[in-house]
Amino acid sequence: MTVKATSKLRRDNGLLLDIRNLKVQAVVYSPSEKPREVTIVDGVSLQLKRGKVLGLIGESGAGKSTVGLSPMGYGRGGVRITGGEVFLNGRDILKGGVRELRRVRGSEVCYVAQSAAAAFNPAHRLMEQVVEAALLHGVGTRAEAEKRAQALFTKLRLPDPKSIGCRYPHQVSGGQLQRVMTAMALCSEPDLIVFDEPTTALDVTTQIDVLAAIKDAIRDTGVAALYITHDLAVVAQVSDEIMVLRDGKMVEHGETRQIIEAPRMDYTKALVSVRSIEHEEKEPTPKPLLSVRNVTAAYGGGAVKVLQDVSVEVHPGQTLAVVGESGSGKSTLARVITGLLPPIAGNITFAGRPLAPKLPHRSKDDLRELQMIYQMADVAMNPRQTVRTIVGRPLEFYFGMRGRERDARVAELLDEIEMGKGFIDRYPAELSGGQKQRVCIARALAARPKLIICDEVTSALDPLVADGILKLLLRLQKIEDVALLFITHDLATVKAIADSIAVMYRGEVVRYGSKTQVLTPPFDAYTDLLLSSAPEMEVGWLEHAIHGRRMESAGN
Amino acid sequence: MLDIKRIPYGAWLGLILTGLLVICALFAPWIAPAGNGEIVGDVWEPMSSAHWLGTDNLGRDLLSRMIYGARTTIFIASLATALSFSLGAILGFLAAVAGGLVDTLMSRMADLLMAIPTLIFGLVVLSVLPSNNMTLILVMGVLSSTRVYRLSRAVAVDINAMDFVEAAKLRGESLRWIIFCEILPNALSPLVAELGLRFIFSVLFLSALSFLGLGVQPPEADWGGMVKENKDGIVFGIPAALIPAAAIAILSISVNLVADWVLTRTASLKGGRE
Repeated sequence: MTVKATSKLRRDNGLLLDIRNLKVQAVVYSPSEKPREVTIVDGVSLQLKRGKVLGLIGESGAGKSTVGLSPMGYGRGGVRITGGEVFLNGRDILKGGVRELRRVRGSEVCYVAQSAAAAFNPAHRLMEQVVEAALLHGVGTRAEAEKRAQALFTKLRLPDPKSIGCRYPHQVSGGQLQRVMTAMALCSEPDLIVFDEPTTALDVTTQIDVLAAIKDAIRDTGVAALYITHDLAVVAQVSDEIMVLRDGKMVEHGETRQIIEAPRMDYTKALVSVRSIEHEEKEPTPKPLLSVRNVTAAYGGGAVKVLQDVSVEVHPGQTLAVVGESGSGKSTLARVITGLLPPIAGNITFAGRPLAPKLPHRSKDDLRELQMIYQMADVAMNPRQTVRTIVGRPLEFYFGMRGRERDARVAELLDEIEMGKGFIDRYPAELSGGQKQRVCIARALAARPKLIICDEVTSALDPLVADGILKLLLRLQKIEDVALLFITHDLATVKAIADSIAVMYRGEVVRYGSKTQVLTPPFDAYTDLLLSSAPEMEVGWLEHAIHGRRMESAGN
Repeated sequence: MLDIKRIPYGAWLGLILTGLLVICALFAPWIAPAGNGEIVGDVWEPMSSAHWLGTDNLGRDLLSRMIYGARTTIFIASLATALSFSLGAILGFLAAVAGGLVDTLMSRMADLLMAIPTLIFGLVVLSVLPSNNMTLILVMGVLSSTRVYRLSRAVAVDINAMDFVEAAKLRGESLRWIIFCEILPNALSPLVAELGLRFIFSVLFLSALSFLGLGVQPPEADWGGMVKENKDGIVFGIPAALIPAAAIAILSISVNLVADWVLTRTASLKGGRE
């Protein structure tokens, strides 16, 4: 009772959260080295008024999640808050000890995790988990809490708000689960919610719904929020203020509009201007390099059709972007082209010759001229091989290069991907995310391919790094005259690099043509949904987009 | 590459003990003070300056028998382990990569072998086959390879699903490259851990067989057999049976200390350098 009483008192001056000079450290134990302290967050201060939303933005490793968790007095994985003060409702929660923290967590501050699927206990029904914190902190009886939860489900526009609580986590979609988690956070009527990348794992078309639901819920309940994300366009929609973090230090802090429209620091400018790649669209040639004709493919011996009557063409030296949300069959298309999944109907022609449907029947030249780059660079490379072997193996395998000749060519390729000499003897674990993806690109280039399939190559990377990778791919395309088949769900990427676009929806190509054709109205319903769902760096875009939509998202 | 100063104490202890035992095994005829079957004194003489560890149930020098025993025990156990590992690991990887019918057939065969208790199976087979070291190694190797098969298949199935294996397949690499260059290096850590254990199980299995009279045949010495020969002395307070038993324990511990150290080195994804 005392807690609630003090919080009532503080409600007047309006200041909810006051973090002063926060310092967070962790001890790193690397093998055969003395344990050493690293500073993750260094001297960050922030203030948050009631009902306001502060966006914390930065690349991975910037310390944004660590700052975000500090109002709960929580350090992830051995991380400790070693300095500074965190005032919540006017008292320093770091001074109160474990008992005090338990009273804060789940009642005054709640948390919404990035992966709702991993954050829910799969063995319990949703309702039990949603009302758990409210019951534990004695906010009300079970009946009251469940009533409030149902009201929140309605507010968050979940289907069937009366009975959805009886389902188990696996029985609802990813976007719905994320909204249930938001309901869970709101259920105990906290003063502050920490959103940790709540929409990052979702499709664009689903993201917009979740985003709108979260925004409405914040406005209606008057809760304050810390919104952590790496996507500036997303944070611009929901927050009142934005704080840019880098390497555990604050770079810039200001009103959302000021950060987006008139950033002061160079780093913020770089973040805002990301994806401003100039690419001139090329006309299709009379003779396509790869043509996929009426391909139908299925898993489970024809039981589940994942591709239906798909026809696309890739022209020499050009880029075809295949766009769609997860489950649209775009990665399956790559598997069919590479021969990993033989189609049940249709055929594929590559460089003027028919391509055998099954991988073992393809000639070495077919394999060499068709390379692939994966989404997850760290599992696409053998962790036990050095860069020398990873990039050198295709040279050995396809061209019979050995010894010094091979090493010279590897060095040349590393040069092409803008990585210096020091990298040849490194293992993948010794490279950063962007460097790993570059090495994968070098491995594909080593085979001197005519076509490279890029399967979501930038979606696991930070925006600035992804930008570098895209620019590199475009430059290499010019030098090596290689065609790219670019699979992605990110429309900003597509606009930046494509010559032609195929939009896929539920295993079918719904729109296909040159970039200008596809991106010029009139649109079909799905393309319209997809285009209008891609967040734009503009205040007020979200409301505008929600009103302008013609079709509900499928994964919703 | 290998920095001597950075080897931990445990590993040093293991290396020294294992090294000593291996040296004893290799140079037995030169190190041992008496011959293997040579009767030098009374039955179960206590430790003395002439016979450091005393004599055994027939009056043979126990120290010499221990040294010769090390030779047989380590030789048979390491060959059996090597056999079980090459057989089990290669077949396990093959099953994981090939999948389908090949996997099913081989896995069910392994299940079949594992369904019968190893010791009983070994006893039955060895009582039929001529008893010499060769059959012993083969039987022990094949029987324990089922365990290695299980482990390596399970590990390889996980690795086989990784993108870098798919990339190798798309490159057109042969099954051999995929197994030995893509999967094996990544499966090494659990396999090395298993290797230490397997070797010890081989020593114990051999000792058990010898104890039951189906292992190494007298007059040849082996530690398990020596426990058996001298076990009656325990009743009279004579420690002769405990010495080979202790040797088995020391070998087990020291080999595992070395295996642990190798394990931490192979587990590093940065080539063991920091």
